[in-house]
Amino acid sequence: MSTAKSASKPAVRADDGKAKAWLSRYRQSLRYALYVITHPFDGFWDLIHEKKGSIAAANTFLILFLLIRVLKLIATNFQFISAPIQHINVFEEMGSLLLPFIVLCVANWAMTTLFEGKGRFKDIYMGMCYALVPYILIQLPMILVSNMLTYEEGSFYSVLLAFSVIWCFFLVFVGLMEIHDYGPGKTFIFLIVTVVGACVILFLMLVFFSLLSDAVAFFVSFYREIVFRLN
Amino acid sequence: MKKTISFLLAFLLLIPAAGAFADDSASLKEDGFSTSYTYNYDYWGDVQMSPDPYRVETIIDSMTLGLENLDGKLITKPQSIFIRNNDVYLADSGNNRILQIRYKDGEATLTRVISEITGTEPAGFNNPTDIFADEKNNIYIADQNNNRVVMVDKDLNFIREFVKPDDATFNQASAFLPSKIAVDVAGRVYVLAVNVNKGFMKYENDATFTGYIGANAVKVNMADYIWKRYFMSKEQRAASESFVPTEYENMYMDEKGFIYATTTVFKEYELLSDSAKPIRRLNGIGNDILIKNDRYPPIGDLDWKSESLQYGPSKLADITAMKNEIYVAVDRMRGRLFGYDSQGVMLWAFGTKGSQDGTFNRAIALDHMGYDLFVVDEMKNSITVFTPTEYGQMIYDATDAYLSGDYTASDELWQQVMKLNANYPLAFRGIGRSLLRQEKYEEAMDYFERAHAREEYGRAFKQYRKYWVEKNIWWVFLVIGLLLIVPLILGRIKRTKWEVIMHEHSKVRK
Repeated sequence: MSTAKSASKPAVRADDGKAKAWLSRYRQSLRYALYVITHPFDGFWDLIHEKKGSIAAANTFLILFLLIRVLKLIATNFQFISAPIQHINVFEEMGSLLLPFIVLCVANWAMTTLFEGKGRFKDIYMGMCYALVPYILIQLPMILVSNMLTYEEGSFYSVLLAFSVIWCFFLVFVGLMEIHDYGPGKTFIFLIVTVVGACVILFLMLVFFSLLSDAVAFFVSFYREIVFRLN
Repeated sequence: MKKTISFLLAFLLLIPAAGAFADDSASLKEDGFSTSYTYNYDYWGDVQMSPDPYRVETIIDSMTLGLENLDGKLITKPQSIFIRNNDVYLADSGNNRILQIRYKDGEATLTRVISEITGTEPAGFNNPTDIFADEKNNIYIADQNNNRVVMVDKDLNFIREFVKPDDATFNQASAFLPSKIAVDVAGRVYVLAVNVNKGFMKYENDATFTGYIGANAVKVNMADYIWKRYFMSKEQRAASESFVPTEYENMYMDEKGFIYATTTVFKEYELLSDSAKPIRRLNGIGNDILIKNDRYPPIGDLDWKSESLQYGPSKLADITAMKNEIYVAVDRMRGRLFGYDSQGVMLWAFGTKGSQDGTFNRAIALDHMGYDLFVVDEMKNSITVFTPTEYGQMIYDATDAYLSGDYTASDELWQQVMKLNANYPLAFRGIGRSLLRQEKYEEAMDYFERAHAREEYGRAFKQYRKYWVEKNIWWVFLVIGLLLIVPLILGRIKRTKWEVIMHEHSKVRK
């Protein structure tokens, strides 16, 4: 519906500026998220195969997701979440979500590529970012709502929060199914495999940085020794 | 390894520097303190320095009692203290005697040295470890190495003794070694004996043994159970150690007849989840009825991750309960005292190891007289008497006033406490409660938020919200109305625009 409307819009005409065209496509792909979260099976298929989504929109959702995470810790009424504001590091908070997200995407791509997964890394990343949209849509107003509720009415708050998370997980599942053209069983197995893969990646990173820090320490002490001898 | 992980994380997450989130504990000394030894834990479990709730009133030792001139035997390894009215009984275990001291207005005088009793054999004591005096001044003495608890009248005439029970539940092969005793109003004697892990031994007032109370629930580890049940032979099973419940460390009977007990046998990780229960309040059938309404259970120190040698959780050696169910426990590990109110909220913590007055080498026992605290140090061989400071007294008075229903007085007292200690959640909560009753909801919310009192905040907020909606009802309608009307108008405009465009479009085509 929205595509039909914008196709006939003058903005898409060939003689218009590239920037304008990009902006229009960006807005469309943003709006398309609403279709994806309500019609995940069709939505994810078209997102990838009909090129209805864009990486720009996916990045936007990811950034919004991270910002809302932090905003939630800061602005939710203390009756529901009490985060130690004095100890919160915004970058740490965001990083602790961004890192697993990226690692899981990489792990999923690495595993599914070997087993007939149709999705490219770009597709997986885009799909996963679109799957975060319910979280954004529900949690943002809930921050406001939390300041209007009392402790006793907290169940209303927690049910909606849980709902948003469950919705996200459902979308992740369906998204992976559509992106890789897998059946539900295979998708489920590959979800588990992905987690294992992510653990392997983290382990390798740990070993790598451990060795790196040892190597650096070696050269530093080597340098110090030389400087000490020379003097 | 830890270093590597943090390095990795710092690198990956592009954290500028570890110093960015300055850890305030870094600036503190090794034992966790920079200037003061009095503190409290805030909502986050961080140490917050506080004014001193207690000061040293006097030190009672061999010198002040004049024991040198009396018989030359100085107090040696005292194990226990008991206070009834103004009489302080000190179990001078190293000298096999009890010292009865009269304490009044900061003056301690030795009234009696109890080293022998009449009417029974042996007359003397052998390592008396605990003492109890009832309302009629009958004295109970746990005479550990003579395997008995003796009861004597005030002139030390033997009345009866409580000995090893002739009962199948007591292992007859092992000796009866009473270490701590308590007696209730009816004259029932509760004995904590060495090597008995079934709880406290209970004797009726005619010295018949009637069983155990307060046994720790037997904890069975699932993996252990399966291993023992299915993979071990009968002989192996018999030889292997059976599941043994833990022993208690000490006990105190409060004025209502409940037993406060401490234990130091638990796993560290069980503390914060409250499965260790180092402090318990046992009712008549031995169930723990201690109230815990704070975020953290009463376990002494919450944070013991200090680099010093004194690593580990608090080892609560003794406990005493004062008026209004305020109880105080002493940590023999770091020589600290912890005060809790009836809701299990920590009131204060103070004390450390050292040789100055008010510090301890090995604090082993404590009791109270009014709000004064008497702490026995078994290595300094002395009793340190603490008396509340203005600040400490204010906390007690405010609690008192609140419990007796005098909310205005309580409010004023909490205000004063807050002036002395702005990091005191109880004061904020106290003020909040009083404001709530005065229907000053918005201010009450502010105080409850500072105290992290969620439920009470919710109650205040509910009232505030009601009041706010009633006051701003027209604004609410207006906003809702606008929210409905504005999109309608916008939609209308958009549609008109669209029609105009389509119209011109068709003109162009023509």
